[in-house]
Amino acid sequence: MSHEDLYVDHDNAQWAFGTGFTDPLHGVDQRVPDGIDAGDLAACCLALGDDALVSAQRLAEWCTRAPELEEELALANIGLDLLGQARLLYARTGRADGTGRGEDAYAYFRDPDGFRNLRLAELPGGDFAFTITRLLVLSVWRLAVFEELTSAPDPVLAAIAAKSVKELSYHCHYAAVWTVRLGDGTPESRDRLRTALSDVAPWLGEPLTDQTAAGLGAESAVVADRTLRHLADVVVRAGFDPSEVLPLGPASAPAIPGSGRDGDRTEHLAPLLTELQSIARAHPQAQW
Amino acid sequence: MVTLADAGEHRRDAAHRAWRTACEIPDPELPMLTLADLGVLRGVEVEQDGTVVVRLTPTYSGCPAVAEMRAEAATRLQADGFPAVRVVTVLDPPWTTDWITSQGRLKLAEHGIAPPGPRRLSESGPVWLSLGPAPSDVPCPRCASVDTEEISRFAATACLALRRCGTCLEPFEHLKDL
Repeated sequence: MSHEDLYVDHDNAQWAFGTGFTDPLHGVDQRVPDGIDAGDLAACCLALGDDALVSAQRLAEWCTRAPELEEELALANIGLDLLGQARLLYARTGRADGTGRGEDAYAYFRDPDGFRNLRLAELPGGDFAFTITRLLVLSVWRLAVFEELTSAPDPVLAAIAAKSVKELSYHCHYAAVWTVRLGDGTPESRDRLRTALSDVAPWLGEPLTDQTAAGLGAESAVVADRTLRHLADVVVRAGFDPSEVLPLGPASAPAIPGSGRDGDRTEHLAPLLTELQSIARAHPQAQW
Repeated sequence: MVTLADAGEHRRDAAHRAWRTACEIPDPELPMLTLADLGVLRGVEVEQDGTVVVRLTPTYSGCPAVAEMRAEAATRLQADGFPAVRVVTVLDPPWTTDWITSQGRLKLAEHGIAPPGPRRLSESGPVWLSLGPAPSDVPCPRCASVDTEEISRFAATACLALRRCGTCLEPFEHLKDL
């Protein structure tokens, strides 16, 4: 067998991605119903898609580095779920914003200042405790948002939300179980968790006051309340006093100036995107 | 001259044939199951011009097998004499493990994969963040013992969890309730 035979795609059916990415919403009625502000819908789908894509990339960085094989598989599978959500949301964005762009245009051909993800998602992975703590916060918050969006006036977004809720329930459970385990583990794991909680705290204001999905049925106060209740529940079981590590409400959440939703970025997003986008930009006509 | 009734009859036969072919497509990741067993195949129709429309729903949003399922559906139906095939995605209602047929559950168990139980996640409304232990009543597909424990909630694919039997001591996979 020649070298080329090893990678030239002779039989498309053998390769999950050998036939090129297809529109993940192919065949779904994608018209934006009357009475919905298409701009709001596009902004919401873009922001939630960016959260998912950037989170998926950070989770994928654990491949070959996680403490155990099982955790590596878990983090990669959670990332894969989020990547799938990002694909659906980008496909919806391209339809709602009127540009007709496909998912690749959003994932690979935007610069950091075009991204609208929460800044918490783009921070470097840190240690396992930080990854778990961030995953807990973002999954619990995202689950609350999508629970509300299952009754969004846009049927496509509502269907994406209903699908995502089931996946996010597993993500929340995984992160919650690990948070408890780190909290009641060794003094070292407990210290690491305490440090992670205080590192995440300054970024909580952004999700807790986020208005991105408010116009589509996910009222910010409802989402924030449910997020904080769930987080407090987990933190108590991990042996911490919630009032010491969590804000009492959105108004008391510490906030670093600016917002990822307005395009403010940390210095960490650009290197993440450089890696994520390098192949697509080096070979813009490539078939996947 | 072909009457409308004749054409209608012919299309019904064609639809049956297309349905039977589509029903035989194996799942790329769980090849002992067909897409019909898995509940991923939502419908097959033949349009006026003979185009076959296959409706598939993804299991997980990020399931990488979807592209392969589409390609396989097109390949098999074309080989079966349907030149025009359109595979469309159905998102609503979302797939859950409740869509797996009883035959599918039987096949899973025969292949050493514990089939999913009834769903524990609520059907609608807010999902309560449960910190309870993993389901403990998953019987071992080899020896049927219920003394089994979860090793990892995420296994080789997104849809599988890894468990171990306390009686025969063998590890086994469990198709998670979703």
